[in-house]
Amino acid sequence: MEPITAFQGKIVALPIENIDTDQIIPARYLKVTDKNGLAEGLFYNWRYNADGTLNPDFVLNRPEAQEAQILIAGNNFGCGSSREHAPWALQGYGFKAVISTYFADIFRNNALKNGLLPVVVDTETYDQLVSLWEEEPGTTITIDLANQTLTLPDGRQVDFPIDRFAKYCLLNGVDQLGFLQQQEPSIVAYETAHTAAYSTIK
Amino acid sequence: MDIHPKTLFEKIWDAHVVRPESSDTPAVLYIDLHLVHEVTSPQAFTQLRERGLKVRRPDRTLATMDHSTPTTPRNAHGIIPVLDTQAAAQIEQLTRNCKDFGIPLYTLGTENQGIVHVIGPEQGLTQPGMTIVCGDSHTSTHGAFGALAFGIGTSEVAHVLATQCLLQNKPRTCAVRVDGRLQPGVSAKDIILAIIAQNGVGGGTGYVFEYTGEAIRALSMEERMTICNMSIEGGARAGMVAPDDITFEYVAGRPYAPQGAAWDAAVARWRTLPTDEGATYDHVITLNASTLTPMITYGTNPGMGIPITGTIPDPMSLSDPSARIALDKALQYMDLRPGERLIGHPVDVVFLGSCTNSRISDLRLAATVLQGRKIAPNVRMLVVPGSQQVKKHAEAEGLHEIFTAAGAEWREAGCSMCIAMNGDELRPGQYAISTSNRNFEGRQGKGGRTFLASPLTAVATAINGCVTDPRELLETV
Repeated sequence: MEPITAFQGKIVALPIENIDTDQIIPARYLKVTDKNGLAEGLFYNWRYNADGTLNPDFVLNRPEAQEAQILIAGNNFGCGSSREHAPWALQGYGFKAVISTYFADIFRNNALKNGLLPVVVDTETYDQLVSLWEEEPGTTITIDLANQTLTLPDGRQVDFPIDRFAKYCLLNGVDQLGFLQQQEPSIVAYETAHTAAYSTIK
Repeated sequence: MDIHPKTLFEKIWDAHVVRPESSDTPAVLYIDLHLVHEVTSPQAFTQLRERGLKVRRPDRTLATMDHSTPTTPRNAHGIIPVLDTQAAAQIEQLTRNCKDFGIPLYTLGTENQGIVHVIGPEQGLTQPGMTIVCGDSHTSTHGAFGALAFGIGTSEVAHVLATQCLLQNKPRTCAVRVDGRLQPGVSAKDIILAIIAQNGVGGGTGYVFEYTGEAIRALSMEERMTICNMSIEGGARAGMVAPDDITFEYVAGRPYAPQGAAWDAAVARWRTLPTDEGATYDHVITLNASTLTPMITYGTNPGMGIPITGTIPDPMSLSDPSARIALDKALQYMDLRPGERLIGHPVDVVFLGSCTNSRISDLRLAATVLQGRKIAPNVRMLVVPGSQQVKKHAEAEGLHEIFTAAGAEWREAGCSMCIAMNGDELRPGQYAISTSNRNFEGRQGKGGRTFLASPLTAVATAINGCVTDPRELLETV
């Protein structure tokens, strides 16, 4: 995975709470065996009308939202299923970060594994970001992972929390599977001590 | 000796720590059972191949096919044909992956195949005290046995395949205490819908729920599974119930249950799992089962639920703008108005199935009500057993004949219209009452509208062709 440090990107706001993974990527797009082409399905039922034409009223279809890299969304973003296709689709579309007041647990884990930053802010900052999008669509903000800060156009900085280990992995391009593989001696020791605990499958 | 009183969750967590959490790294947690299905695993196997890795414990891994598989009838050769080429490719990929990596697989239509969360308990693989994961958020179902079970993403599926471990930060605990006793016509599904309506779909984020209290203890294992299944709809990755004699009786004699002396040793171990007296939870929420009525959802997330006799809330009553927009959008999608009642609202489809409510007890209950009755002529009803074993048992009891005589479709096992990946789907604008777990926009088919409810409410609704309080029908059974 490519290391992530700081980046500046255009914002777009979808100020709705509880946006679920079925909206982020409908289940009919999950019949793939790779990660390609998922961006096509991103918010499909909102981006397109029933007849397949683009829905001009949906925020991602507005001219100012083109090439947006930072999505601002209402609380509990990514609730619902465990499909990692959700962060894959967001990334495929060009998003590098999602900002919300909190994320559903599985979505947050999945996003971090793929370098899509789930940035948690307080309600006041969230409201400010939504207003920023409404008043100055097309504006950019900067996200600095190393310093865990957002920088708004007026220069104001807001801190955000992030899991320490995930941050280390993202900054250094380290993948978590590699770290787990290094735990082999401890895993063997655990298995040796717990051999009879549960039936194995024939 | 550790004399600090512990919760059920803490006991299982502590027993599975391979390497403890530090200030820099999450805990390394050992996984006893990894369930795999066709939709969330292909990219994980690709990662293994790219790195030249093996599956570390194929004997702790079990695969089945359920999400994108058809539930349409078998052909003359007893085969369930897969007509969707993409689904067929995904199914074939799982078959190849299991063969290449030595993983046991229940292939489509074979005797033990079914929904991943139905077959684990059915085979006796799901046992108290275990850690269980699957690339599916409804893995929380298995917590009904006093196991720590939760859904993971595909990257984590690869982690478990390769190392049998996961990197985890310890979640917080929340006791969900359900006091009192359920009234006739009110069921486990109504308990969990009420909990989610009360606490919201994000209320459990960061927590593991432990369901406690008199009402939970009185439930059967299959009812406990219904409740734990929907923990994720309340935001909690896992939900659990302390094991007791009801649990042991359910596990006993199943194919993978311990036998003889090993059984006695297992039960002795399992009896130490319940939360110690004096142990504390990070949070407690309560509900009184005695005052519950049947529940139904009106909106586009499982937290948008009301008593079946209630009215739809007004978005204008919400102060938070994001919540107001969400409710307004939901009512537009559902084509419903604030202040309206759902009772009497026509439905087009009734879906009895899913990992929430497709077990033999669900089908028996539905059949009891449908016996000698017909579903309304304007309604299509799908009855989809959770597994081939459930199907076999139901047929041995003649339940399928009751369903078909009533005018319902009796289908092959799978996730079916819960996720609508297999051709079983609503048409745009149709209303369904569904025993499944999610009413998200488009979940049961693009443009389809879902009311979530219990099997009893679904069947009562099928008979009348419109949303019906099942208690009306019980008086005449």
